[in-house]
Amino acid sequence: MFNIIAERSRQGHQTSTYPLTAPKVSDRFRGLPVIDATKCEDGCRACAEACPTEAITADVKSLSLDLGRCLFCTDCTQACPTGAINYTPEYRLAVRNREDLVLDGRPIELAHELDERTRRLFGRSLKLRQVSAGGCNGCEADVNVLTTLVFDLGRFGIDFVASPRHADGLLITGPVTDNMKYALEKTYEAVPAPKIVIAVGACAISGGPYIGHSVVNNGADRVVPVDLYVPGCPPNPWTILDGLLRLLGRLEGPTKDLAAPVANETSAK
Amino acid sequence: MSVDPAPSIRPGETLALRELPTFDLDTFRRNLCDGVRRGQRVLALFGQPTGDAGATGETGLRLFLVLADAESGTFSLQSTEVGDRYPSLTLDCTAVHWFEREIAEQWGVVPDGHPWLKPVRFHRSYRPPRDAWSRPEGQPIMPSVTDFFRVEGPEIHEVAVGPVHAGVIEPGHFRFQCHGEHVFHLEISLGFQHRGVERALIGGPDKRTIHYMETLAGDTTIGHTSAYCQAVEALAGCRAPLRAEAIRGIALELERLANHTGDLGALAGDVGFLPTLSFNGRLRGDYLNATALICGSRFGRGLVRPGGVAFDLDAERIKTLIERLEPALEDTAGSLKVLWQSLSVQARFENTGTVSKALCDELGLVGMAARACGAYRDARHDFPHGIFRFTQIPISTCPSGDVFARAYVRGMEVQRSGNFVLEQLRMLASGPTTAPMGPMARESVAVSLVEGWRGEICHVAITNGEGHFAHYKVIDPSFHNWIGLAMSLRDQQISDFPLCNKSFNLSYCGHDL
Repeated sequence: MFNIIAERSRQGHQTSTYPLTAPKVSDRFRGLPVIDATKCEDGCRACAEACPTEAITADVKSLSLDLGRCLFCTDCTQACPTGAINYTPEYRLAVRNREDLVLDGRPIELAHELDERTRRLFGRSLKLRQVSAGGCNGCEADVNVLTTLVFDLGRFGIDFVASPRHADGLLITGPVTDNMKYALEKTYEAVPAPKIVIAVGACAISGGPYIGHSVVNNGADRVVPVDLYVPGCPPNPWTILDGLLRLLGRLEGPTKDLAAPVANETSAK
Repeated sequence: MSVDPAPSIRPGETLALRELPTFDLDTFRRNLCDGVRRGQRVLALFGQPTGDAGATGETGLRLFLVLADAESGTFSLQSTEVGDRYPSLTLDCTAVHWFEREIAEQWGVVPDGHPWLKPVRFHRSYRPPRDAWSRPEGQPIMPSVTDFFRVEGPEIHEVAVGPVHAGVIEPGHFRFQCHGEHVFHLEISLGFQHRGVERALIGGPDKRTIHYMETLAGDTTIGHTSAYCQAVEALAGCRAPLRAEAIRGIALELERLANHTGDLGALAGDVGFLPTLSFNGRLRGDYLNATALICGSRFGRGLVRPGGVAFDLDAERIKTLIERLEPALEDTAGSLKVLWQSLSVQARFENTGTVSKALCDELGLVGMAARACGAYRDARHDFPHGIFRFTQIPISTCPSGDVFARAYVRGMEVQRSGNFVLEQLRMLASGPTTAPMGPMARESVAVSLVEGWRGEICHVAITNGEGHFAHYKVIDPSFHNWIGLAMSLRDQQISDFPLCNKSFNLSYCGHDL
C-alpha cells in the first residue's frame, strides 16, 4: 500500500492542461496539409499519381486534396517537384460535412457544434458505443487512449459504454467490411434516438487504403448517417478529442481558434 | 517417389522457383511430420493455383510448405500438388489445422478427414464455383453462421459474445460452453475484419502495397513493414544500410514497449489493480510518442520503406529521445514493481488460463505466448536479420504457461527492449539510411521472419515472370495463437475470459487480412 502511494507520488501528476493550453505534438507530425496550386508546373500530376488512395485531383493550376481519403503519408510531398503540398502541425481537422474535407486552398471549415436541442442533451454527458468495422486497431488504439489519464476523457463527460442501449451515439472505425455491415446496422438500430454517429479515420470516412475493395463498403456513411468526420490514418488522439469537444461546443480560447499557433515539441524546447 | 531433400534458405536469401521441389503428397506429408518431430516448426502452408486459369477456371492447386529450423537458422521450402480433395495433413500434424481450413476456404479444396473443417474468414472461394462446403453461389455467406462445437447435458448453457464487444476493441465472435461459471470449451470465430488484402497484393508492389503492410495490423506497423521490406529487399538483392536497420530495430522494440506496457496496464485493470492501469496508460503513450518523434506517427506509419527508412535521427533528436525514454523506462519499472508486489494480483494471475508446453508445441504457438510456456522461440535470436545479426536481446521465458507467465515475460521484454533501444540510440551506426532498390528477381520466392511484439510475423513473397508478386502470403502471429487462447479457457471461469484474452491480446485484423 505504502509502495503504491510512494510510486504514485514519484510519478506525479500527468493529466494534460488541454484545453486551456494547446497540446504538443511531434515536430514531424503530419497534420493539416496546405496546398498551393500556384506552385504547380503546367500539366504536372506527380502528386495525384503518387497518392495511394486517389485523394488528390490535379488539373491545370488547380489542386484539391480530399482529407477523407488522405493517409497523411509522404508519397505526394516526396513526388512534388515544387513543394506545392506541405503538412503543417495543425491537429484540428474534424468536420461536420463530408465535402468540407476536400481542401482546395481555402481555409478548412472545422466542425460546428450540434444544434441547440441535441447539444442540451449531450453537451455535458455523451455516451458512445464504439464499433470497429474492419479497423486495423490503429484508430481503435488512439480512441482508447483518450480514456487514459493524460487525456482523461471522463472529465468532459464523454465515455465509452458497453452496450448500444446505453449509448447516445456510435463512434465507427474501419472501412465497414461486408462481414461487419449487418452488425453495424444492428448496433445503430439499437441506439435510442436522438443519436449521433462519428466516423474516425480514413477507413471509416472513405475506405482508406481499402477503397474499392470488393469486400468493403468504403466507409461508414454508406451504411449510416454520419455527424462528425475525423480524418487521419489514424488521427492523432488530440485530433479526435478536438472533434468531440467541437461537436459539443466545449472549446474556448486558444484551442478553439484556428488562427492561434500550434506548439510543437522541438520548437517548444 | 522423389527423395530429394527440401532446399533451405536463410533470412534475406531467395530461392528460384525452379529449385523448389514438388513432391508427391506422401513424401510431402512425411517431410512435414518428420520435420515437426525433429523440432522444426510450420511457418506457412498455403495454396497457389497452378497454370493459367483461362476461361474455364480449371486449375490445379500447389501447396507450399515453409518449415523453420531454429538450430540451423534456416527455412526449408517444398510443395505438392492436390486436386479437389486430398487426405488431410492435420491428422498427422496438428499445427497445420488452421492453415488447412484457410486453404479449403480460399481455394475450395476439401482436406478429407480434417477434424473441424470450418471457414476461418467467411468469404467466397477464390476459385468459384469451387466451394469446400458446397454452398450455392447465389447464397450470401454470413460471418459466424456455421456449426459450433456444443456440449450437451442438463444445465449446460452456451454463452455467445460478439462480434461487437463491450470495449473499444475489434470484432470477433466467441462461443462458450458453460456449466455455471465453469467453461468446458471456447470456440472463436473470426473473419469480421476481412478486407481482402492478400488478393489486392497480387501483381504488386504498387503504390498501395506499403500502406496495406502498415495496416495489416495497425498496432504492429513496424513489425509488418519490416517483414515486407525483408522479403522485397531479398528479392531485389538490396541490403538496407546498417543505420537504417538500427532505426528499424529501435522502432520495432518501441512498438513492443508500447504494446506490452499497455497490455500490462490492461491486465492490471482486469483484476482491479488501478495503479498500474493508470501508470501504464500514460507510459504506453510515451513510447508511442517516441516513435512519433522519429517519424511523426505514433504507430510508425511512413518510417520503414523498401531500401531503408524514410526518417533519419540527428544528434539533437537522439538526445531528446534518450532524455524521454530514460524516465519512461524508470516509471515503467516502478509501475511493474508495485504490480508484482501485489499479492492479490498474483493470486489472480497465477494458474489462470494455463497452456502446457506440450500443447504449445503441438499447436505451434509462437512469440510471447510460446515463451510463456517455457519455449525458447524468438525470431530475433533464432533467425536474426537486420540489426539483430549484430546485437542480441536475451530470450525471455517463463515456464508456467498461465496469465502470470504471459505478463511476466512481457515485463522482462519491456526491460530488455528498453535497454536495447537506449544502447542503439547511444551508438547509432553512421552512414546513409536508404539503399537503392532494383527490380525484384523473377520467378523466385523469399521468406521473411520478424519477431513482432505478439510473435513471429512471416511473409512469403513469390514473384512471376515479370518480377511482380504472383502470390504474397502474410502470417500474423495471431494466426497461430488464436487456438491457444481458446485452449487456455478450458476449465476456467468465464469471468476470467477478459484476463486470458488480454494476456494474449491477439490481432483480429492481422488474422482476417
